[in-house]
Amino acid sequence: MPLIVKLLAQRIALGLILLLLVSGLIFVGTMILPGDVAQSILGQSATPEALANLRAELGLNDPPLQRYIQWLGGAMTGDLGTALTSGADITESIAKRLSNTLFLAFWAAIIAVPLAIFLGLLAVRFKDRWPDKLISAVTLASISIPEFLIGYVLMYLIAVKLRWFPSVAMINDSMTLGDKLSAIALPVAVLTLVVLAHMMRMTRAAILNVMQSAYIETAELKGLNGFQVIFRHAFPNAIAPIVNVVMLNLAYLVVGVVVIEVVFVYPGMGQYLVDHVSKRDVPVVQACGLIFAAVYIGLNMVADIVAILSNPRLRHPK
Amino acid sequence: MSEPLLKVRGLKIGATVYPPGEKPHDIDIVHGVDFDVQKGKVLGLIGESGAGKSTIGLASMAYGRGGVKITGGEVWVNGRDIMQSSIGDIRKLRGGEVTYVSQSAAASFNPAKKIIDQVVEAAVEQKKFSRKEAEDRARVLFEKLGLPDPQNIGDRFPHQVSGGQLQRCMTALALCPEPDLVVFDEPTTALDVTTQIDVLMAIKEAIRDTGVAALYITHDLAVVAQVSDDIMVLRHGNMVEYGPVDQIINHPQEEYTQALVSVRSIDHEEKAPNGDPVLSVRNITARYKGTQFDVLHNVNVDLYPGQTLAVVGESGSGKSTLARVITGLLPPREGEIEFAGRTLTPDLAGRSPEDLRELQMIYQMADVAMNPRQTVGTIIGRPLEFYFGMKGEEKRKRIIELLDEIELGEDFIDRYPAELSGGQKQRVCIARALAAKPKMIICDEVTSALDPLVADGILKLLLQLQKIEDVAFLFITHDLATVRAISDSIAVMYQGKVQRYGGKNQVLSPPFDDYTDLLLSSVPEMRLGWLEEVIANRKMESAGN
Repeated sequence: MPLIVKLLAQRIALGLILLLLVSGLIFVGTMILPGDVAQSILGQSATPEALANLRAELGLNDPPLQRYIQWLGGAMTGDLGTALTSGADITESIAKRLSNTLFLAFWAAIIAVPLAIFLGLLAVRFKDRWPDKLISAVTLASISIPEFLIGYVLMYLIAVKLRWFPSVAMINDSMTLGDKLSAIALPVAVLTLVVLAHMMRMTRAAILNVMQSAYIETAELKGLNGFQVIFRHAFPNAIAPIVNVVMLNLAYLVVGVVVIEVVFVYPGMGQYLVDHVSKRDVPVVQACGLIFAAVYIGLNMVADIVAILSNPRLRHPK
Repeated sequence: MSEPLLKVRGLKIGATVYPPGEKPHDIDIVHGVDFDVQKGKVLGLIGESGAGKSTIGLASMAYGRGGVKITGGEVWVNGRDIMQSSIGDIRKLRGGEVTYVSQSAAASFNPAKKIIDQVVEAAVEQKKFSRKEAEDRARVLFEKLGLPDPQNIGDRFPHQVSGGQLQRCMTALALCPEPDLVVFDEPTTALDVTTQIDVLMAIKEAIRDTGVAALYITHDLAVVAQVSDDIMVLRHGNMVEYGPVDQIINHPQEEYTQALVSVRSIDHEEKAPNGDPVLSVRNITARYKGTQFDVLHNVNVDLYPGQTLAVVGESGSGKSTLARVITGLLPPREGEIEFAGRTLTPDLAGRSPEDLRELQMIYQMADVAMNPRQTVGTIIGRPLEFYFGMKGEEKRKRIIELLDEIELGEDFIDRYPAELSGGQKQRVCIARALAAKPKMIICDEVTSALDPLVADGILKLLLQLQKIEDVAFLFITHDLATVRAISDSIAVMYQGKVQRYGGKNQVLSPPFDDYTDLLLSSVPEMRLGWLEEVIANRKMESAGN
C-alpha cells in the first residue's frame, strides 16, 4: 500500500477513535453535572413517588454503561433521542438548528478565509511598510474588542442609522436566499472581523518563514516580481500551516458563535444548547456536545489530510 | 578588444550589521574591485570565506543578500550600467541576460514544484521562449548535461533525483533562457568528489557548447583551474591578484596566492604499527533503529597508540556511523569494540568514566559543539573538573597550558566562542578533548568547514599534539588530501564496507580496486588540463572494456 494511503487511513482512524473517546467523556461529564432532570421537570412540590416514577420512565435508573451504549448506538443510527423537557425529537430539532448554524458559518467563511489569506499575502509583499502595519493594526483591534460590542456597534451604525440591513437576523424556510443573506449580513460581518486577524497573521508568519528559503532567492534571481514570488513559490510551501489555522477558525465559526446568535437573535445551535443546559435537558446537551466534537475533530482531520496531500515528498515518493 | 560583456569598475559593497549590545552600523564587504568578462570567457573568482566572492557574483545581477547593498562603483552588463537601471530593467536582466547557479541545488529548487516548471520559468517569464520551446530546450540541456531519461526527468520533483543530478538541473535552469552570463556560485562544493567530476565536466562542456560567459566562484583553486580562462584572487574584499589562469596557477606573484597554490604543505611519513592496538573494531555490523538494512557490514580496523587511522569515504559510506558505534551512541547488531585492552559495552550507558575519559571526540561544526554562553576557560575547564577534580589555581594553570599547546594565548581564557574565528573555535574544541588526557580522539570531518589555509594549520597542530601527548586519532574525512597529509593507516569505506585497508603507502599505491581508483582519480589536481585528461582516460577505459 502506498505510504500516503496508509497515512491518510491512519488519520481517519485516529479521528474516529478520538470521537469515540470524546463521546464517552461527554456522557460521563453530563452525568456528573449537579441537578436532577426529574426534579426540574416536576418542580419543587413533586412527591417522591412521582419523581421515582418519572426517573424510571426516563431510564435514569439503568446502569450507566447500558445507557451509554444505548445512547451511542442511537447516535450512530441518527437517533439522538427525545428532549426530556419538551418531548420533541432531538435529531429533528438539531437538524434545523445545525443547518442554520452552518448557513451562517458558510457565508462568514466564504468572506473571511479568502480575505484573510489575501491580506496576509499583501502584508508579506509590503512587509514593514505601511500596508503591513495598517493590516496588522486593524485586524488586531478587531480581535481585541469583544465580539458582542462589535455586534452592537455595527447594529447601531448600519441597522439603526443607515438602515442597510436588519438588526435582527431571524430567518425561516419561506425566505428567499437574498432575503436570508440580507438578514445575516450583520452577524456575518462581525464573525468575519473576529476570525480575520488570527488567519491573516498566521498566513503572514507562515509565508515569511518560507521567504527565508534559498529557493525564494532563486525565484527573485529569475526576475520574478514580488507577487509572483509569493504566489508561485512561497504560498505552495506554506499551505499546511495556513490550512491548519483556517480549519481551527472554521470550527470556531460552527461551535463558538453563541454570543453572536444571542446578540442577533439567530436561531442556531448555540442558543439551542444554552437553552437546554439551563433546563438540565441532558440528552440535548449530549447531542449538541457530540455534534460539536465531530465538527472539531472532522475539520482538524481535514487540515491534517490537506497537510499530507500538500507535501510533495509524500505525494510523489522516490 | 571589443566592449566586455561584464565590466565592473570600483565596485564597493556594504552591509548594515546589528551586533548585540551595540548600535547598528555599516561595514564594507568589498572595497572597490575592477574586472572584465569578455563574451564566451570564464572568470574564476577565488578566495576564502568572507572574501566577498559570492557578494560580487550577485552584484552582477544587482542583487544583495539580506542587508547587503552596493554602495559604489559601476557594473556594466551589455553596455548598460545596471546601477542606474530601474527595478523593472533589473528584473529583465535577472533570469534573462544573467542567471545564477547556487551551491546547494537541493535548497534552491522549490520542493513543491516539478523540475521542468522551475527550469523553464525564467525563459518563459522573460519572453525569451514560448513554454513549448523552453521545454524542448530544457530537454536538450538535460541530455547535454548527461542526466538520465532527459525526456521525462523534468516531470519529477526535486526530492526524486540525486544531489548531483539536481545540481545539473540547476545548470540547465541557468542555461535555459540562453543568457549571456552565468554566475556559478560554488556549484560543486557540496558534492562528493566522484560526483563533482561529472558535474564539473558537464558544466565545462555546456559553457563551451553554448558560448556563454561565466563567473565561476569557488574556494577550490584546483577546481577553478579546470574551467576558467582568467582568475581573480580575492581576500577580505580586496583584489589580490588577477590574471590568466596559467599565470595564477604556475607563476603566482603574490605571497597569498602562492600560499593558496601550495597549500597542503604537510609531509607526514607513515609510522609502522607498534605494540598492541589501542582500538580494535571487530566484525561490526550495525543498522539504525526501525530500518531494514545494515549501514555497516562486518567492519574490522585497528588503530595503534600515537598513530592516525583515516577513515575515508563519500557521503552515505558509513564512516560517521562507525564513529557512532565506537562511541556507543549506536550499539552494533554484531561484533565488538576493544579499547585499551578491554572490551567496551556496546551501549554508552554501560561505560565507565575511565572509558569516557580515554575516548574523546572533536566535531565538524565547532560552533555548535560549544555552549555559546560559556567562556573558553569554562569550556576547557569542564573536563578538568569532571575527570580530575581540579579546582582554582591548579585548574587555571592547566587551562593556560592547554591554550598554549593550541597556540592561543592566556588572554583567550575569558573570551566567548562568538569572539573567535572558525579556526580558533576548532582549536578550543581540540584543547577540550585533550584536557581529558585521552588515549584516542575521534576527529569527525574536523577541517571540512574551514578554509584551506586554516585547515592546514589545524592539521599541523594535530600532528604536533600527537607527538607531545601520544594520542591516537581516528580521522573521519571525505577529503583525500587531508588523508594523505596526516594518516599512518587508511580505511576506504564504500556502501558500509571497508573497501581497502592498510598502511598509507600501501593503500595509496597501485594496484587499486575499482572504487579506490575512481576515488583517487577524481580528486582535482592543481594543474591545467587535468579534467580533460581524466575524462579522456575514463572514456578509453570504458571503450576498452
